[in-house]
Amino acid sequence: MSSPPVYPTRWKPPSLISSPAARRGFVALAVLYLLWSFGTIEVDWSRVSRGLPRAADLFSRMFPPDFSRWELLVKGVGESVQMAFVASFFGMAVAVPIGLCAARNLAPRPIYLAARGIIVITRTLHEVIVAIIFVKVFGFGPLAGVLTLFVASLSFIAKMLAEDIENMPPGSLEAIRATGASFPKLLVYAITPQMLPRYLGVSIYRLDANLRHSTVVGIVGAGGIGQVLQASFNRYDYDFSLAILIAIVALVFIGEFFSAWIRGRLR
Amino acid sequence: MTVEEHARRYPEVWRRFSPRQTLVRYAWYAGIVFVALWSVRQLEIPWLYFLDAHVQAADLLVRMFPPDWAFIEQVLDPLIETIHIATLGTAFTFIIAFPIAFLSARNTTYNDLTWLIGRFILVTSRSVNTVVWGLVFVAIFGPGPVAGIWAITARSIGFMGKLIAEAIEEVDEGTIEAIEATGASRLQVLWIGVLPQVLPIIWGTSIYRWDINIRESTVLGFVGAGGIGIILYSSINLFAWSEVGIIIISIFVVVVFSEFVSAAVRQRIT
Amino acid sequence: MLTITDLFKRYPTGQRALNGVSLTVDLPQVVAIIGPSGAGKSTLLRCVNRLVEPTSGSVVLDGIDITKLSRRELRRARRRMGMIFQEYNLVERLTVMENLLSGRLGYVGFWRTYRRRYPPEDIRMAYELLDRVGLTGYEDTRADALSGGERQRVGIARALMQQPELLLVDEPTASLDPKTSRQIMRIIVELAQERGTPALLNIHDVVLAQSFADRVIGLRAGKVVFDGAPNGLDEKVLTEIYGEEDWSTTAARGEDEDEGGKPPRRRGDMESEAAVG
Ligand SMILES: Nc1ncnc2c1ncn2[C@@H]1O[C@H](COP(=O)(O)OP(=O)(O)OP(=O)(O)O)[C@@H](O)[C@H]1O
Ligand SMILES: [Mg+2]
Repeated sequence: MSSPPVYPTRWKPPSLISSPAARRGFVALAVLYLLWSFGTIEVDWSRVSRGLPRAADLFSRMFPPDFSRWELLVKGVGESVQMAFVASFFGMAVAVPIGLCAARNLAPRPIYLAARGIIVITRTLHEVIVAIIFVKVFGFGPLAGVLTLFVASLSFIAKMLAEDIENMPPGSLEAIRATGASFPKLLVYAITPQMLPRYLGVSIYRLDANLRHSTVVGIVGAGGIGQVLQASFNRYDYDFSLAILIAIVALVFIGEFFSAWIRGRLR
Repeated sequence: MTVEEHARRYPEVWRRFSPRQTLVRYAWYAGIVFVALWSVRQLEIPWLYFLDAHVQAADLLVRMFPPDWAFIEQVLDPLIETIHIATLGTAFTFIIAFPIAFLSARNTTYNDLTWLIGRFILVTSRSVNTVVWGLVFVAIFGPGPVAGIWAITARSIGFMGKLIAEAIEEVDEGTIEAIEATGASRLQVLWIGVLPQVLPIIWGTSIYRWDINIRESTVLGFVGAGGIGIILYSSINLFAWSEVGIIIISIFVVVVFSEFVSAAVRQRIT
Repeated sequence: MLTITDLFKRYPTGQRALNGVSLTVDLPQVVAIIGPSGAGKSTLLRCVNRLVEPTSGSVVLDGIDITKLSRRELRRARRRMGMIFQEYNLVERLTVMENLLSGRLGYVGFWRTYRRRYPPEDIRMAYELLDRVGLTGYEDTRADALSGGERQRVGIARALMQQPELLLVDEPTASLDPKTSRQIMRIIVELAQERGTPALLNIHDVVLAQSFADRVIGLRAGKVVFDGAPNGLDEKVLTEIYGEEDWSTTAARGEDEDEGGKPPRRRGDMESEAAVG
């Protein structure tokens, strides 16, 4: 006769990496990486260890925020907003031809590759790097900032536009082509109505993003509130710095709110 | 059917928008163009600069090429440091964002106050740019990669915390109830009921953020927070364009590579 | 064992889900709770382990009034009550074994939970229960790879891992096909009887209730309107619980077959039968 079954008393959850050797190897790799990274980065530990008291000092000097130089603040914020707006406006306009050229289903191969190349290169470099190069070429001031944000908007909007066009159902393109429409007519009748709402939405989003980025390009001297912030930090004017930071956060907030509101209405 | 009758039945004019709608639309366009032009004026852009911009640009390119390949030896270490800053910053974020996300999710927070605190941290973190955080941490820890790591962490907490909190708010309510019904403690419910449901999202956002952070950490050096930005900044200030060329090419390679790695890994885990 | 007295529940929305429910379960029996949608069946069950906080009234399990317990004491009380859900409510991304072991959470500390190291007797019990519910060899399968019937078996095993003194079962078969439904009901009833565990079981399928339950409670608009043996469910009782309908094919075939011919009676006649058990 069968005896009552004997059940195991041990169970281990199956691991993501089944072989224990591989698992240990993975952990060892992670630990090694940590050791290596901490070993190679150059750290002035004595300076870092003084960080906490310094942080306390910094914060005590930040409070209360100093809004007495509000004219400088308003001028900086205003400049940032104007930079963001101009950059978005022109970026939006120039993005259209580039976006059309970067759509595989519209443009001939060489043009497509060139347009994609422009997008990849401008997208990969951080805005601040672009900004500093423009500062070197055009000097300090908002022009460098506007150009930076313009390039960033251009590549962002163009990329979105190109992807949207590529994802368009081929049927509607073909249907209009089948009526014997020329390329400009194709643009007006098949592509524009489909793309317009998204294009506007992306542009508004980009305006909001430019507003956020306009606060940093100033750090390398490209105008706007960031330049004021950098100057205040250099002069250890920390209570003014906090006032500027608060202004930036407020600006970012209003921008985000405004952008969400408009995009809601577009739909 | 007479001609008049026909005309009455089938209008010959068709407009997509009513005249009023059209008017409003054009008013908007005009307003936008006006504001743009006004802004351009206010910014006092020195248009004269554009006259020789192409000369300047060509000049710059000529000076960047040929790149100074020997310089690459000096680029390598800061480049590795840049990757370390991004990776360690993301790793710290992974640890810190976690509890904050639980505080900021409606269904796992303790009370309204803790929820508000969590949300406040997330919003503050997100609305200050990484480079600005860099300024702050350089003021605290002095120049160097430590400030950079903290800057990356400070900015990423808001990004990851927000996404994780959203994922937590979407976990299956029934599962949580079932675990609660076994008599599990709060911590056990989080560990057994909530965590397994949000883990894939946590990994996905971490890796995504890591690749953003690589790009961000290339410029932290401009404010003294370590990485390749430091030598890029000094090379630019010395107008050593052939060095700048090398640095930019190397940044380009690293950023594209990290983007590729991140996309590949994310595709595998989801 | 379990005594519920004058239980009221009013949701913040104003819904009065329970309007003074009283009942006693003092035998290890399967008690089916039937009633129309919205009658308050789920609310009643959830008030017992306080997944829903009752507005007033008491729920006494083995001399302890559940409604008066602190959070901490409630957790200790909850581990004595196993719950089985209509939607299974497993942790989808965990293995079957981890889901089973989660039934022990009330008994083990956080450290064990964290390391997934449960006591050997728990593991043995889990393997045995897997065997009992017919899922031998499924321990390492992830819950999201199981079919509905298999998931419910895991749900049952998880509840029994608690070694409960009371089972709360909320519509265990509502998402399953008729054959699987029967299998699942059989497993629940057999295991409950084997262990001498009373079970409160919400169910919509009257026929299924009749064939598996020892006792049936009819709920309507938050009130107990019937409490008795399954063969007492005749047409007039069903009308009382659910309202006017042709019940001739559902009603229990009682001793007197000629009852079926009579027109269903009105509610007023029923007050005496609505007596609380
Ligand atoms: N969380 C809640 N908030 C507000 N009202 C609720 C809630 N849960 C249930 N109710 C209401 O309480 C009443 C009883 O609901 P309950 O879920 O207990 O009914 P039920 O008998 O289980 O129904 P079903 O057979 O459909 O599962 C219903 O009117 C329902 O609308
Ligand atoms: Mg229910």
